[in-house]
Amino acid sequence: MNLQEQIRRDFPILKTKVYNKPLIYFDNAATTQKPRIVIDTVADCYASKNSNIHRGVHFLSEQLTDKYEESRAIAAKFLNAKATEKIIFTRGTTESANLVAFSFGEAFINKGDEVIVSEMEHHSNMVPWQIMCERKNAKLIKLPITKSGELDMEVFPKLITGKTRILAITHVSNALGTINPIKEIIEIAHSNCVPVFVDGAQAVQHINVDVQDLDADFYAFSGHKIYGPTGIGVLYGKTKYLEKMPPYQGGGEMIKKVSFDKTTFNELPFIFEAGTPNYVGAIGLAEALKYVSNIGIEKIAEIETDLLNYATDKLKDIEDIEIFGNAKHKSSVISFNVKNIHHSDIGTLLDKLGIAVRTGSHCADPVMDYFGISGTVRASLAFYNTKEEIDVFVAGLKRVLGMLR
Amino acid sequence: MSIKDIQEQIIEEFSIFDDWMDKYAYLIEIGNELEPLDETKKTDSNLIDGCQSKVWIDAYLNNGKLYFEADSDAIITKGIASLLIKVLSGHTPEDIVNAELFFIEKIGLQQHLSPTRSNGLLSMIKRIKLYAMAYNSKNIN
Repeated sequence: MNLQEQIRRDFPILKTKVYNKPLIYFDNAATTQKPRIVIDTVADCYASKNSNIHRGVHFLSEQLTDKYEESRAIAAKFLNAKATEKIIFTRGTTESANLVAFSFGEAFINKGDEVIVSEMEHHSNMVPWQIMCERKNAKLIKLPITKSGELDMEVFPKLITGKTRILAITHVSNALGTINPIKEIIEIAHSNCVPVFVDGAQAVQHINVDVQDLDADFYAFSGHKIYGPTGIGVLYGKTKYLEKMPPYQGGGEMIKKVSFDKTTFNELPFIFEAGTPNYVGAIGLAEALKYVSNIGIEKIAEIETDLLNYATDKLKDIEDIEIFGNAKHKSSVISFNVKNIHHSDIGTLLDKLGIAVRTGSHCADPVMDYFGISGTVRASLAFYNTKEEIDVFVAGLKRVLGMLR
Repeated sequence: MSIKDIQEQIIEEFSIFDDWMDKYAYLIEIGNELEPLDETKKTDSNLIDGCQSKVWIDAYLNNGKLYFEADSDAIITKGIASLLIKVLSGHTPEDIVNAELFFIEKIGLQQHLSPTRSNGLLSMIKRIKLYAMAYNSKNIN
């Protein structure tokens, strides 16, 4: 059995049929499918290990608390985080961005201060900052993009002023696939004493992320986009910022002692994990991270780059197609439109051929506004996709366009 | 023909297709046959919210009967709007208010009824019913 067959066998859903056609799943930037080991781990947690973690004095609780904390260590290792920095489990990247925007904002942002956010952000890394800026009477500054779908790196340094308090930036664009020069960006920000929050939701599953090498101050990603369960995410943060930030939510393990006069809070990272954590999700995520690491992110990147180039070449031959996002460094996302044809028509018909793509604005309205479009068709590939699937997709697209023209 | 009879006719027309692509090809054909809406009627107030594609629906009363016109920038959405107009246009506001729409499920388009579905079939139906309700209450008063 070759590697491709082996990988595909790990993902049970890939054998599914829709409308009596073999499923071709090209919506991986929205969520990835789960390998058997993750599904089994989650099922086994509920079937034979379930118990609320922390504070329990009984066997199951202690056993699962250990597993949960072990998962935190696995996430830390995955990002190559220093032991002195912190890993916080959240519901996902959206919650991580909201947490940092709120708590960092409370601690460090005052009236008249400035926050830089790029034009290519997913709404999840833009709206929380916008809300915080409105609350604090601070200014949201746009780091613009260019026609190729890349950040305008000439403009960027000029946007930083003495009032800039933080930069929130995506590592990889969900709508365009652009891989941003995040290390260089952080270097420029740091040389001006500006910390950086990185949205890694579309990055960790495609490229090796080393938070020490990047020197990121905050780095967030979602479990479900890296072959793990939904509802679990990771927020990496430097202790020097986190320890000055007030809690985001109250209740549960984040508390040390409560009285009506005064409540004292638990230490990091628990202070940011209010309520019963999604411990099953965290344990499932750790299994997904191990799975990905076993195959190797480099190997995954190699397969995906090959698929991206193959699909891009094939699509370029289609009459009147326009691909949005032509950055030099791209993840396996192809966002496109065909002249005079609505993206939702293409998506609806491809679906009937068993091909799952996403259409619309991809939660990135400012990107769509920049290009003057209402949306795109987005095919996003994962390492379990194949060239044969791309062939079926391209043939299907041609058939669909024939019906719509 | 009554609203019920028209729906049954549409169900019969669609019954000859057992392949999804044929069904949608027919829907596209129906969409292409729909008279384009006059540009002056593509107003914000005629635009329906919550759709990935733009849909406009305009209504006018003539001899006690309510007529609808629609357009969309997506052809499948236009086909669906066209079906709704076939079924509901040219009836009294009261009949439209009371109409039970059963053809959508019968021809297999129920997936478009999901509230988050891009073409917003639900929103279209809601808008048409709202027009009918407004005209119906005017008649009663």
